Parts: sequence; structure tokens; C-alpha cells
Amino acid sequence: MPLLQVEDLRVSFRTADGIVQAVRGVSYDVEAGQTLGIVGESGSGKSVSTQTIMGLTRGAQVSGRAVFEGKDLLTASAGDMQRIRGAKIGMIFQDPLTSLHPYYKVGWQIIEMIQQHESVSKEDARKRAVELLRLVGIPHPDRRVDDYPHQFSGGMRQRAMIAMAMALNPALLIADEPTTALDVTVQAQVLRVIQRMQEMFGTAVILITHDLGVIADVADEVLVMYGGEVMERADRRTLFFNSHHPYTEGLLQSLPAYGGARERLRPIPGQPPSLLSPPPGCPFAPRCPYVMDRCRTEDPPLAAAGEEPGHISACWLPHRGSERAELRRKLLEAEPAGTAPSAGGA
Amino acid sequence: MSTPDNDVLLRVDNLVKYFPVKSSGYFQKREYVHAVDGVSLSVRRGETFGIVGETGSGKSTLGRSIARLYDITAGSITFDGEEISRHSQRRMRPLRRQIQMIFQDPMGSLNPRRRVGSIIGDPFAIHGLATGAERKRRVQDLMERVGLNPEHFNPIPAECTGGQRQRSGVARALAFQPKLIICDEPVSALDVSIQAQVINLLADLQAEFGLTYIFIAHDLSVVRHVSNNVAVMYLGQLTEIAPADDLFTVARHPYTGALLSAVPLPDPDQSERREQIILVGDVPSPIAPPSGCRFHPRCPKAAPVCVSTVPVLEPKLGDRPVHVAACHLPMAQGENLADFHPTIAAAQRVIEGGGLLSGDEAEVSTVAAEALATAPDAAQSEGRRQ
Repeated sequence: MPLLQVEDLRVSFRTADGIVQAVRGVSYDVEAGQTLGIVGESGSGKSVSTQTIMGLTRGAQVSGRAVFEGKDLLTASAGDMQRIRGAKIGMIFQDPLTSLHPYYKVGWQIIEMIQQHESVSKEDARKRAVELLRLVGIPHPDRRVDDYPHQFSGGMRQRAMIAMAMALNPALLIADEPTTALDVTVQAQVLRVIQRMQEMFGTAVILITHDLGVIADVADEVLVMYGGEVMERADRRTLFFNSHHPYTEGLLQSLPAYGGARERLRPIPGQPPSLLSPPPGCPFAPRCPYVMDRCRTEDPPLAAAGEEPGHISACWLPHRGSERAELRRKLLEAEPAGTAPSAGGA
Repeated sequence: MSTPDNDVLLRVDNLVKYFPVKSSGYFQKREYVHAVDGVSLSVRRGETFGIVGETGSGKSTLGRSIARLYDITAGSITFDGEEISRHSQRRMRPLRRQIQMIFQDPMGSLNPRRRVGSIIGDPFAIHGLATGAERKRRVQDLMERVGLNPEHFNPIPAECTGGQRQRSGVARALAFQPKLIICDEPVSALDVSIQAQVINLLADLQAEFGLTYIFIAHDLSVVRHVSNNVAVMYLGQLTEIAPADDLFTVARHPYTGALLSAVPLPDPDQSERREQIILVGDVPSPIAPPSGCRFHPRCPKAAPVCVSTVPVLEPKLGDRPVHVAACHLPMAQGENLADFHPTIAAAQRVIEGGGLLSGDEAEVSTVAAEALATAPDAAQSEGRRQ
């Protein structure tokens, strides 16, 4: 049984402009010890879906199930959630300066967190805080434990956040864009720290990012999200070398090739859909070069794709590689890619 | 270098920009952030000159100094044959039509309360050219150029998508057919698919109008894609300048090597094959930068000469004159930086050159020494991807 099982998660928010359907029927599971990468652009629903699981989207209308260690997190009581958050499921966010309290010492915040969940003496909790800071590579942890967050550099703050998230040895760590605010050399340091902690404690990780490079580096399994839905799920190699969904293909093609010839980039034309009134069919249909009539009216379900087990994709294109290639060719001939609406408008 | 070259649009010589730091007492010595500290470069007409560096490297300050948004501390800037570094704001004004900037955050660089069309029309208003219907016609012309629907004259920036906002910023910069556009992180706030649209747009405009770009960014794959030449910046100084392909295949400066190895590659094969160099410690303070080569406290190869002597930008190991690096111990082709153990080298320096190290460096290096003493295995795995 998977560690976390999310089924048909739907999240919507009431706003002044109407109801925003941020997550529209997302299902996935995470096995113990595994790293699941969730990749998507702004507004794809990748952050909202995990925040909802953690009970952090107040005022949202939520339906579906998120079963963690046999308990549905979406219906759990506030008290239960408080015991799970931090202790069983750790979290790291993009900006460590806003997730650490500026008025309290870094060490104090870790100690408080430990004491909140376990009955240990202050001295023991402090010892553990120092040890954790040492594990994530903070220099002089015995002294730095008494520093305030502003005395840490960006990379150190994010490492302190990791220390705090790992303090109670959670079974699952949710990292939401953990390295987006960091420089590449610091990003490399932080990703290594997450990996090392994962190896030491056997933690499962959900890594949410927009950076396909980070995905290629650390994810075992990848979930691609767009317009509040899951477009494709595959293991890392299948996703990068044998993807099924045209959106995944479009994402990979719009990146500048590193090391290859400097060809003109191939962006995905158009804009992501509005989630106020999402199109009835496939959310990617308006930008898809292979769009068929059916795509505009019927939303394709996630179904097995290709030969790899566990590879699923929400697309009406045939799942057999050879048939797919042929149909794609025909669709492209019938309707050249340039006919999609250009980036202006709206 | 000293002969006037008609191909060169911009020459920067020994540019220095310090920012004063608020001092705590009346008699305290005034301190300065050494944001840009002696940068020289030249940009040819029609090329894209990339500048890469991490947070605090001074790359944005350099760009803004070149556009004369700052008064520079020392050095000279020659634009199109004219020395502009001491020009008053009044004398700069006609030149501003020729040097334009595009910023990272279009939300911050476009007035949130005004209509996109009128923002794009600002340059005409400021320079007193084209009014009324004529201005509107020219604005709509510009909007069409950058792929905005000319009908969408009226939304305010908040009603536009990120891509549309950045296109508006580009349109405004293009108003007077400038010679040089300084792009400061023009695509970093955009999603990948939109980022590619804007990069293609910049390339099209360059081809159409013969524009010269200075392209400042931290994303190395984007910089490589757009640039003819690339300069790498670290702590206010240039460590290496080279044609893009040379830099990305044969980096001479260990910092360039470490930076390139840290870029996440969107390809699991390449990502597994490559050895990553994880730098130890953080970037030292720009208020009291390290002596000698500023990278020496974190450099896996550093030797005593790197602590005592400032390296000069010059061709290394038989490189072409266009590829220069400021390093005493440049990397040979195929040399693997991961073969050096940064923590060991750093620890050694604590023993050998203790007195020469500033506070921050000493901290980084003592950490290394400690790491080495307590857990040699951990120290090695820090420097080498396993």
C-alpha cells in the first residue's frame, strides 16, 4: 500500500471574479522512500494540491480523498492534522525567509517544533537541533543555533528549513519549489542535502518545481500538471525520452538545448487556460499542435500509455508508439502548428 | 585594444561602482559595498553579450552603471565612440534613446495604474515626439512588432499575463530604435513555455533592427542560447570572458567550471554522467572582499599565489585572444575539478596563510578544517558527487 494515496482531489476557491477551479480531479500515489516530482507552470495547481492535503488552503471547497498511513487527511480533525503536520509530514517552501519567524532564533524554532510533538527536555531538544544543523551542513552549528534567520544566507536558511522539516523524522517531506529562490551553486548544495537526508532516513519526498532540470536530477517518478489536472505520469527516464502527452513534449521542446546546436526555440504558442471557466475538453487543447475535434469536447481520462508499467497519460492520441507517430504526422499536415493563436490577445 | 574600432559599440574600462554602507558611528571608517570592482569589456555591434553571475555578483549593478542609471565611482564607458561616464543627466538624455533597458519584473517596471498602451507611449511623450493620433499609431505599431494585439491598448498591467507584460516592456524599449538594449533577467520571471516565446521575440527583433544586446541572467542555458560572447562575474569582478561555445566547452576559471557543473540539466542521461562540483561555503561579503583572487577561499585549486596576487584577465593555455580568464591556475581541457578536494585545499590554506585571510574567509576555511578533522569522508563527499 502506498504511503500517500490521493484520489480525485478537487479544490476550488470563491473569488470576486467567480469560482476558480484550481485543482480538477487529481489522483496520484507516493511510495515510501520514493521521490515524486510534480512539474508544471504557474497556475497548474501543483502547489494548491499539496497544500490542500496538508490542510493549508483555508476557505477552499475540497473534495476527494488523500489517504496517508490509512487516514484520510481531508476529513481528519484539526487536532489530528496538527499531530501529523511537521511530525509525520515535513514541509519546505520556496522562500525560507518568510517561513522562518524573524523574531525567534533559528535554534529556538527547531526546539519548539520538537517539543511540540515529543516530550523531551529543552537540553535534549537543543542537542538534537544542533545535530540537525550539523547534518544539513551549517558551519559551527553549536554557535549558529543561536542566530536569527536574518543572520543566515539564503542557502543556509533553506538548509535550516530542511533541518526543521526533518527534525521528527517524517515519513514524507513535501518540498514546494525549495530551490527556486536560490543560485545554481547553492541549489546544488541544497538538493544534495535533501538527497542525503532522504538516504539516511528513508523519507519519501514530493518535490514540486517548474524546473525540468531539477526533476531530471532528483525525481524517481514525475507527475506533469496543467490547468489543474494531471497530464502525464511516468518514471523519470520515460518522461524525458519517451513521453506521451503533447504538453510534456511542448515543455521539453521549449527549453534551450544545453550543449546542442543553437536552434530557434520552439515555445508552446498561446497562454495557459483560465481556471475561472476552463474549457470543457482537454485543458491543453487550445495550444496543442495535434488537437482533434474530440479533444475540445471530451476531457481525456488518465490511461495507460506506452510500454512502461505505471506510465499514464491523459490524451486521446493512441497509446501505441507507432500508431501515435503516424496520427501525429497526419494531424500536423492537416493543420500546421502555426495556426494556433499567437501569444497576443486577452 | 587601444585602437579605435568601429565594430565596437560599447567599451567599458575599469568600471568601479561602490555603494556606501551606513556607518554606525561618527568616527567610524566609512565602509563600501564593492559592487563592481574594475570591470573591462567591449561589446561589438549586433552581438548579444551575456553576463552571468549569482546573486550579489554585481551583474545588475554593472548593467545599470552602463546605462548610467548610477553615477559610477571610477572608470570609463565609451558608447558609440563617445565617452559618457561623466555626462550629466541632461547630456545623457539624447543618448537614452539609444540605450534602453528591459527589466526582470514587468510588474515592477510598468506603472500599475496606467494603461499598457499609454505606458508604451511614454518614450514619445518624454522626448516630445509624436502626439495624439500619431503617438497611438506608433504605439500600436510597436505592439504589433512584439506580438501584442494592437487592439489591447487599454488593459492595466495587472490584467495582462506575465508574457504580455514582458512584451510591453520590450515594446517600450524599442520606441526609438535603440542601438543597445540592456536586458536584466528579462525572462527569469516567466514560465518555460512563455520564456521561449520572449527569447524568440528578442532574437527576431535583433535580426530585424540590428540591435545589440547585453543579456544579464543567472540561467546559464538561456545565456548560452542567446549569447555570442559571455562574461562570468563573481563578487564584482569578471573571472572569464569567452565566445559562448568556448566557455561552455572549455571553461578555464574554476568558478566557471563549478557554476556550469551546478546547472541542472533537463536530461537524465547527461545529469547522471556528469560530476557535479559542490562549492563549499557562501559568497564572501562584498564589503571586505578577499585578497588576491576573490574566489580563492572557495576554490578547489587555490594556492598561496591566489591569496597574495590579483590575477589578470588574459588568454590561458594557448587560447585565442577572445577567450580570457583571470586565474593563476587555469583548468586544462578535460581536467576534473572534482579531483581536487576543496575542503582539503581550504584547510591547508588556514595553516599556511592564516594571517592573509579575512574574517569571512577564515570562517569558511575553518569550517573546512573542522570538517576534515572530524569526518574526512563527509568532507570528501561534500566536494564530490557520489
